[in-house]
Amino acid sequence: MRELSLHILDIAQNSIAASASIIEIYIDENSIQDRLTIRIADNGRGIPQHQLAQVMDPFFTSRKTRGVGLGLALFAQAAKGAEGELLIDSNVGTGTTVTATFRYSHIDRAPLGDLAGTLLGVIMLNPEVEVVYQHTCLERTLCIDTREIKSELGSIAINHPAVMNWLEGFVREGIDDLYGGE
Amino acid sequence: MKSLEELRELRAELEKEISARNSEGKPKIIIGMGTCGIAAGARDILQAVTQELRKRNLDVITTQTGCIGMCEQEPLMDVQLPGQDRITYGKITAKDVERIVVEHLINGNVVAELAVARLEEGGV
Repeated sequence: MRELSLHILDIAQNSIAASASIIEIYIDENSIQDRLTIRIADNGRGIPQHQLAQVMDPFFTSRKTRGVGLGLALFAQAAKGAEGELLIDSNVGTGTTVTATFRYSHIDRAPLGDLAGTLLGVIMLNPEVEVVYQHTCLERTLCIDTREIKSELGSIAINHPAVMNWLEGFVREGIDDLYGGE
Repeated sequence: MKSLEELRELRAELEKEISARNSEGKPKIIIGMGTCGIAAGARDILQAVTQELRKRNLDVITTQTGCIGMCEQEPLMDVQLPGQDRITYGKITAKDVERIVVEHLINGNVVAELAVARLEEGGV
């Protein structure tokens, strides 16, 4: 994956496959401590203890049809390559939290990339799932919660094309503001 | 700045036109969102689909599937019109999306040169 935001999309797909109804995406860019933290937490079905040790193995998957599952292995590799690590905390019935850390300035640390595209993609395909996006850059924090947006929408679907158009502007402006913006 | 005020106005506007929308008999777009699909560019395809639906004001169910074992053909996008076979398009680009939307989704003609599989309606 060329961008960390693509890994986030991939891990969020795991949450969807685990029937999560809430997905929380946290990003903390701390250039002073030279640390980048990405956390994806869901309330899906969770990973049984006996499988937890195996999920980083590219030749392990819970899928029945084909015996490979590369997503977590690739994300772990991206973290390890930038003096970071990937941690998975999961409990059956309560959900899974995947945390990846990176040395922020590491030359091999992949760019975050199109975070807005990832967030909008998850919402577009899963209008019934609640998504929380919290992105911190030092003293600035952006917080987006689909429940707040839906409360303004009443019976209109959040993935209605016109709403997605508004949401795209809202998300992109919010992220731009984190990096200085206007 | 995009504001919630704008969103409220949009809601009022949409509520007027929305009455005709329901999920029966809608066309479907299905995007391959497994690790292989995402690595091959599925997110760009999804963005292109979102834009096309917006541009043409189409009422379509957009959904996802995981890896279906055709990783080498990703990014994959399926189109299924109500009561018709589900067509899988492979190795598509964001540019192909407009063509598939116009020719297949709107006009009902399968774009044969981009199609890689056909799933019969009522099958699997």
